[in-house]
Amino acid sequence: MSTPYAKLPGWVEYGLIPLINLAVAFLVAGLVVLLVGENPFEAAYHLINGAFGRGEYIGFTLYYATTFIFTGLAVAVAFHAGLFNIGGEGQAYVGGIGVALACLWLDQVMPWYVVFPLAILGSAFFGALWAFLPGWLQARRGSHIVITTIMFNFIASSLMVYLLTRVLKPLGSMAPQTRTFAEGGQLPKLDWLLSIFGLNVGTAPFNISFLLALAAAFGVWVLIWRTRLGYEMRTMGHSPSAARYAGIRESRITVIAMMISGGLAGMMALNPIMGEQFRMQLDFVQGAGFVGIAVALMGRSHPGGIIPAAILFGVLYQGGAEIAFEMPSISRDMIVIIQGLVILFAGALENMFRPAITRAFAMRGQRTAAVVQTKGA
Amino acid sequence: MDNIAIELRGIDKSFGPVHANKDINLKVRKGTIHGIIGENGAGKSTLMSILYGFYQADNGEILVDGKPVSIRDPNTAISVGIGMVHQHFMLVENFTVLENVMLGAEDSQILNKGIAKARQELKRLEKEYALEVNPDALIEELPVGLQQRVEILKALYRRADILILDEPTGVLTPAEADHLFRILGQLKAQGKTIILITHKLREIMAITDEVSVMRRGEMVATRTTRETSVEELAELMVGRRVLLRVEKGEASPGDVKLAVQGLTVKDSRGVTMVDDVSFEVRAGEIVGIAGVAGNGQSELLEAIAGIRKATSGTVLLNGRSVDVTGHRDPAELRARGLAHVPEDRHHVGLVLKFEESENAILGYHNDPRYLKGVFLDIDAIRKDAEEKIAKYDIRPPNARLKTANFSGGNQQKIVLAREMERGPDVLIIGQPTRGVDVGAIEFIHKRIIEMRDQGKAVLLVSVELDEIRSLSDRILVMFAGRVVGERSPEATEGELGLLMAGVEGRKEAAE
Ligand SMILES: Nc1ncnc2c1ncn2[C@@H]1O[C@H](COP(=O)(O)OP(=O)(O)OP(=O)(O)O)[C@@H](O)[C@H]1O
Ligand SMILES: [Mg+2]
Repeated sequence: MSTPYAKLPGWVEYGLIPLINLAVAFLVAGLVVLLVGENPFEAAYHLINGAFGRGEYIGFTLYYATTFIFTGLAVAVAFHAGLFNIGGEGQAYVGGIGVALACLWLDQVMPWYVVFPLAILGSAFFGALWAFLPGWLQARRGSHIVITTIMFNFIASSLMVYLLTRVLKPLGSMAPQTRTFAEGGQLPKLDWLLSIFGLNVGTAPFNISFLLALAAAFGVWVLIWRTRLGYEMRTMGHSPSAARYAGIRESRITVIAMMISGGLAGMMALNPIMGEQFRMQLDFVQGAGFVGIAVALMGRSHPGGIIPAAILFGVLYQGGAEIAFEMPSISRDMIVIIQGLVILFAGALENMFRPAITRAFAMRGQRTAAVVQTKGA
Repeated sequence: MDNIAIELRGIDKSFGPVHANKDINLKVRKGTIHGIIGENGAGKSTLMSILYGFYQADNGEILVDGKPVSIRDPNTAISVGIGMVHQHFMLVENFTVLENVMLGAEDSQILNKGIAKARQELKRLEKEYALEVNPDALIEELPVGLQQRVEILKALYRRADILILDEPTGVLTPAEADHLFRILGQLKAQGKTIILITHKLREIMAITDEVSVMRRGEMVATRTTRETSVEELAELMVGRRVLLRVEKGEASPGDVKLAVQGLTVKDSRGVTMVDDVSFEVRAGEIVGIAGVAGNGQSELLEAIAGIRKATSGTVLLNGRSVDVTGHRDPAELRARGLAHVPEDRHHVGLVLKFEESENAILGYHNDPRYLKGVFLDIDAIRKDAEEKIAKYDIRPPNARLKTANFSGGNQQKIVLAREMERGPDVLIIGQPTRGVDVGAIEFIHKRIIEMRDQGKAVLLVSVELDEIRSLSDRILVMFAGRVVGERSPEATEGELGLLMAGVEGRKEAAE
């Protein structure tokens, strides 16, 4: 009685429904393209071709996906504890400090495999720190995390401007960015991974932090479903009153969950800083923290869903850039509209088609049951 | 046979491996009250959900007034005249009564016109069925009894001729339940047909015309109420003879295990809920707290269990003091030998979205036997859950099933198994058998007495006076936050009733 709709088979729940949602999103996006007088099939071709057409394109798609896996996981971890962390953007931005410090310190004397672990720790530390403050404010002072994390995004942005124009900028340089790292601060590309499939990564910055993202996804799965801490987080996420009854301390879980979330968001910084630009620039996060919310929503806060969702958004980013390049009358903003439609249908309106599908399945079940009966008779 | 309001033919429904309804046939006569009883998990709610269009039957036919109908969703159910009063009310808390009744049946886009009409219609319904309730009161300010009345009004407003009530008295005080039955009698007199699900056989005997019994998904019998007895019904339900009265020997109280001194609890608005309460519970005795719901019993239990802050007073557990006014830690209390079966299993005692096995460790998840370092020892947890499932006969016996999909009585057994199997020194229990069938009540009562005989101190809160009287060795009566008297379980129902109503108590306090 608690759920008015009967349970659906797994492949419908996790396969068919997301696919239908996605199809509708693209249908509506197609209409928008039509509206500006362009051919939607051509746009679709550029989208798919731009994302998968060449090894290099695939490399870009997966490069973006790497970023979104981190920020998606960050949102998901907090969400399991019932916390809505909108501060991924700021946490990733500040996380960049950790990466930059490790690289600036050791890039000239150490190989990447020494610098990388330190950069991981640094990024996670600074990201966690940036999430700790809102977590602590909620636990101690009751300031709502949704509000404080948004505020901390702005504070992060000002802080980084200050640091990049005053502190981390090399002397005499005009650009608000750190110096370019030496070899020790550059992550190796995953060209070998693509070449297994006979693909050439070309100029795409598809790098080893992709593997780190996959490992983080596995780690999050273990954390949430296989550890005591994860159990406590889920209890609090589902029912704060049951958590209180079980002796789970809300303030402790709030702070820890936020720090893990922030740490994951911070690790996103590794990908652009050490994997692509080899220096820290202004605004290197570019909205990835917010995309993480959509990715977590679409992936149902499960690592197994977040990875494909992140890849989908990688496709939209990379393929979208291609559309904007090939079809000048479709501007960058149009691409954002298409991405918005995907979020709308796959995330927010996730349940739109569920009742109808459930009914269809109930009817089908009825019919097969009837067939079985007549056969039995 | 032309006066059949509802006929079910061969209704069949499975949830995966669980066969919840097996080839059910049922006829409900027009203008009668038809009771449906059965053990927890027998499939009663499932059957009613099919009739109301929440679920689709895998097979079978529904006839309303002799005509086959296909009920795809609650809207079609309403359109053929079927209304349902849910166990968990579906009301908008911050809407008024009138707004709730109209919701979804506004008739016109312009609200003002509709409101005036609805108010008139509501007045008529209230008069016709003696369902007084202030149409402008906010739902959140109404007691549950009145909220339920709003649910009934909602159904009648939509011109329901057939009314389904699933365990309507589970949340009501005895007086509210009496009032509900008067309303149902009135509805019947006006020609409405009523289907009533309840676990309380006394209610069945008092109000129904016919009663059908379900067992393990099957409809096993239908009886005319006048020609049956509580004993026969209990036996039909469970499939064996049931002891409706608990057998227990003399208590042999030992040391004081739980001592409460001058405990006072105020709620968030500063209203005193528990007022200077003192008592002791000894090893090997059951102390029952009787009282009409809402007289501070819940707050008292929560304060002792460390999930609600007390304003003043002391609590000694096993002779050592518990910080009830400052830092409260339920986990520490558990470690010190306190187990707590909370009144509200849905929001406090269980996480409904968890697997059964995950709930079986709630509050005990720090126990090393469920852990390998920081990791959960899933195998150990599942094995432990399966043992409890077997011992407490929890159905279906599946430790991986989502807790929300267990029936109410089986959910209660999950909580009881978890708290009792720990062998605590002190067990505090709120409403142990709310929504639980007679067979399970017998089982739970036996277990509570076993705990006592093993030398545990048991503190029991229940709004069921019968339960308090048959289990307790001593009875404390609470009224308006105070303990207004102590009685032995031999005290008459009338005497306790007066105390519970605050009549005797005031006299006693004055003397
Ligand atoms: N949505 C569901 N998914 C899986 N199993 C379900 C679902 N709903 C009910 N069940 C199972 O179907 C059986 C019948 O449940 P139902 O709720 O109808 O019992 P009930 O007779 O109303 O019990 P109670 O008296 O405890 O309320 C139970 O074994 C229950 O676990
Ligand atoms: Mg039920």
